[in-house]
Amino acid sequence: MNGVHDMGGMQDMGPVEPEKNEPVFHERWEARLFAVVRAVGAWRKWNIDVSRFQRELIPPAEYLSMSYYERWLAGLIDLMIKTNLVTRAEIDSGKPAPGAPQSVPPLTADKVLAAIARGAPANRDVPAVAHFAAGQQVRARNMNPVTHTRLPRYARGKSGTVVRDYGVFVFPDTNAVFRGENPQHLYSVRFSARELWGDQAARHDTVYVDLWDAYLEPA
Amino acid sequence: MTTTRRELLTGALTTAVVTPGMGRTEERGDHDHDHQGVPSDTALRVKSLESLLIEKGLVDAAALDVVIDAYEHKIGPRNGARVIARAWVDPAYRQRLLTDANAAIAELGYSGAQGEHMVVVENTARVHNLVVCTLCSCYPWPVLGLPPVWYKSAPYRSRAVIDPRGVLREFGLELPEEVEVRVWDSTAEIRYLVLPERPNGTEGLSEQALAARVTRDAMIGVARAT
Repeated sequence: MNGVHDMGGMQDMGPVEPEKNEPVFHERWEARLFAVVRAVGAWRKWNIDVSRFQRELIPPAEYLSMSYYERWLAGLIDLMIKTNLVTRAEIDSGKPAPGAPQSVPPLTADKVLAAIARGAPANRDVPAVAHFAAGQQVRARNMNPVTHTRLPRYARGKSGTVVRDYGVFVFPDTNAVFRGENPQHLYSVRFSARELWGDQAARHDTVYVDLWDAYLEPA
Repeated sequence: MTTTRRELLTGALTTAVVTPGMGRTEERGDHDHDHQGVPSDTALRVKSLESLLIEKGLVDAAALDVVIDAYEHKIGPRNGARVIARAWVDPAYRQRLLTDANAAIAELGYSGAQGEHMVVVENTARVHNLVVCTLCSCYPWPVLGLPPVWYKSAPYRSRAVIDPRGVLREFGLELPEEVEVRVWDSTAEIRYLVLPERPNGTEGLSEQALAARVTRDAMIGVARAT
């Protein structure tokens, strides 16, 4: 989706403002929410691509005015309602509906550190045809899906060089809409900054983008 | 295909989102307005959500505490700094780190969520690496912890790819024209860590003392190790 989240190359967003001695969380609610998102994720009702897409669906003006964790909160609530973990009425009241079943949390305190250390690898040990190889010239396709994609707008239609085949990975475009993992080769593709931005870019500068097989065509 | 974004949203935003713009102020650390006073609307909503989920048995309160403790006290840029210092003093480790980062980082005990597929890129006299995620805020948690607000902000996400030298200049780093600035946009699940150049004059330092010289910003690529 050509949403406002796809920010690469936009201008006039203002200066980057680093904060000295920045805390991990600025408010306690951010910490609690971060942990809640991890804990609810353990129900495996959705995947990382679904949750990214959900946040991309926040209307642009709101997206830009919200903080990172406000976006997490909005996305979490939407997904919990969609997947029937909670109802809208429960969210509004803060209380379980009368007669609502009592669940047993999948993520308990004793399992947290192991779950973090394990993570959720996105590579898959399945055969897939690699249509491209390191050293090959490729072009990122000109495609404009209305759903989730990880092909940023600034790279579409641009030519680059495959520098590395990372192996077979879950394809976000289908995974984000519950249409399967569709595992395929993922490549590191090098673009010259001048190919992307024209002569205003420095002569030797480059941008490396990780792109799936389906995003590419031979150049 | 005719579904609009409004229809895709269930409408939870109207209850989830409070005052647009409020978070921005908070993000900049300019939050003296509510420290002692009434909790913000968002804080109340999160509290209400947490108690609902605990009451329904969807989340375990003690698990939440362990998650927060891990990211506030165990998982942070000190982990990455140990990796970098080891690479500076041990050429064989440096080689392993550059060829199989996951295994080399795991040697020091770090792995997992948002670092399942690590790649380490090395700064040299001729190449300077810079990491960004233009589409969201992907960041190598096991070695750097959770990202700072500026990394997640629109200014950084938008400009790092089109004007990396301008961004670096704002961080106080002016690079000569002949140095290649190599920007890594984390569009997939690969997570990038920059191996900065070892500062001059540190030949006599211990690995531990070297680790103290490695900043988070140097491992993102917006600064040098000094």
